[in-house]
Amino acid sequence: MTSPSLVGKNARRFAAPSVIPGFGLTFGYTLIYLGVIVLFPLATLIWWSSGLGFSGLYAIASEPRVAASLRTTFFISFAAAVVDLFFGLIVAWVLTRYDFPGRRLLDAFVDLPFALPTAVAGISLAALYSPNGWFGAPLADYDIKIAFTRWGILVALIFIGLPFVVRTVQPIISELEAELEEASATLGAGRLQTVIRVMLPPLAPALLTGFALAFARSIGEYGSVIFIAGNIAYVSEIAPLLIVVKLEQYDVPGATGIATIMLAISFAALLLINLVQAWSRRFGHV
Amino acid sequence: MSDMSEMSEIAVASSGRGVKFRPVTQDSSFARYTLIATAVLFLALFLFAPLAIVFVEAFSKGIGHFLTAFDDPDARAAIRLTLLVAAIAVPANLVFGLAASWSIAKFSFPGKSVLITLIDLPFSVSPVVAGLVYVLVFGGQGLFGPWLAAHGVQIIFAVPGIVLATIFVTFPFVARELIPLMEEQGKIEEEAALTLGASGFKTFLTVTLPNIKWGLLYGVLLCNARAMGEFGAVSVVSGHIRGLTNTIPLQVEILYNEYNNVAAFALAVLLAGLALVTLGLKTFLEWRHADALFGRARRH
Repeated sequence: MTSPSLVGKNARRFAAPSVIPGFGLTFGYTLIYLGVIVLFPLATLIWWSSGLGFSGLYAIASEPRVAASLRTTFFISFAAAVVDLFFGLIVAWVLTRYDFPGRRLLDAFVDLPFALPTAVAGISLAALYSPNGWFGAPLADYDIKIAFTRWGILVALIFIGLPFVVRTVQPIISELEAELEEASATLGAGRLQTVIRVMLPPLAPALLTGFALAFARSIGEYGSVIFIAGNIAYVSEIAPLLIVVKLEQYDVPGATGIATIMLAISFAALLLINLVQAWSRRFGHV
Repeated sequence: MSDMSEMSEIAVASSGRGVKFRPVTQDSSFARYTLIATAVLFLALFLFAPLAIVFVEAFSKGIGHFLTAFDDPDARAAIRLTLLVAAIAVPANLVFGLAASWSIAKFSFPGKSVLITLIDLPFSVSPVVAGLVYVLVFGGQGLFGPWLAAHGVQIIFAVPGIVLATIFVTFPFVARELIPLMEEQGKIEEEAALTLGASGFKTFLTVTLPNIKWGLLYGVLLCNARAMGEFGAVSVVSGHIRGLTNTIPLQVEILYNEYNNVAAFALAVLLAGLALVTLGLKTFLEWRHADALFGRARRH
């Protein structure tokens, strides 16, 4: 494996020597394609926003309409991720631990928000919750308005984020060791006590990861929200929509500023996920 | 799952004298039914209902009205454009996925995990921001804008921009399925083939490709579904020119905003159908070829 002739042949010693050919070609193509499609355009965004500087970014973020949209996006995304955390855990638990007719179908359907184009989700949620829709009409009798209010945004983001929690938690639930439950029961714990004190703690890192994924996705979500949100400035206008609005007004610096702030939030969420996973590996959970 | 059914068999066997014992690892039936009911109700309200209403609305005025929606030349142009965009974006990311996974899984080199993180990057970028970055590069006020305008090349508000934005948002799909799969499979089989005298390309075709074909198909399916359904990124770079730069999702938006509900939902039926087919095939692959997909980290 370490014969000198191979070392020279394979991409100038950058990669460990191997008899397998094609490193230079595939690695080079990977870097060029990644650079052209992803890194260069993102670098352009960073370059534009560095032209704005921190004071420029701060000025954009503190524009009342921008600040309102960032608050709306942030807090409703957080609330949606909390709802997804709770119901996602129940759905994952039910799909993994119980057997009942239709379980497989239900399991497959959890991925629907990944597969259904966001614009379709948007118009169908708007139709469901509008004052004459299936859910909107009965709720209107109680003076509850969902569509075209902040609640509509919440509903759309709950839809979008659910699979992230379910799919992150499911594999960990199925790996829970029966021995631990049995030991806990043998030592006198009630079922509820076993679930809360023995079975849920190992799920915590996965739950937190699922939560952060759902939250990060919600921050950037556009298609499913704009149809149901009503998009009232200062009230139910999300940050991604404001980017579009600013672009339509040829306010490229404004759009760039909002985009940079959103990128920072989603990268912070990503960093959190990596920290959680590193932390949970250290303590032996997956 | 199999553990559970064994448990319940034991439970049945030991409950011979009319006393029902529940294994300590099983929840009480009250808890079980409550949780199942909660999950089913939640999924029905939040997942089934939005899917069902697409079809209900599309056929609300009968099948005739539904079909009329497809006579509209703008709708047909949108369908053609969507197919064209997917026909470019999916193969482009397929080739990239193969190249990336080959170099990452079959070789060791410094900075590999950084590279994998960078490949996943587009998933953590908002679709709207994905569209915006191309406007910043190719748009009128963008980096290359003046040069492109001087040479009469239009990328933003034209098909090339739509293709680029779609490639961006679907960038990781194939690669992220293949990288863990090929890392799992190692390189022993390839080394054997090469030692026995096969060329590199032949090794790829006859050894690697059969090993990864189901994972590859899985990645392509997800990539295609997203490519055809992408809205945010495409919306920013499209310019919404009817019959020219509207994909199906954008056409759905326009029709919906014009209160042309039946036509909007008729086109949405195409996309919902695509989503259902994708889910069906995906579930089939996970069920039938679980081994061949093994090793992939399940996150989207």
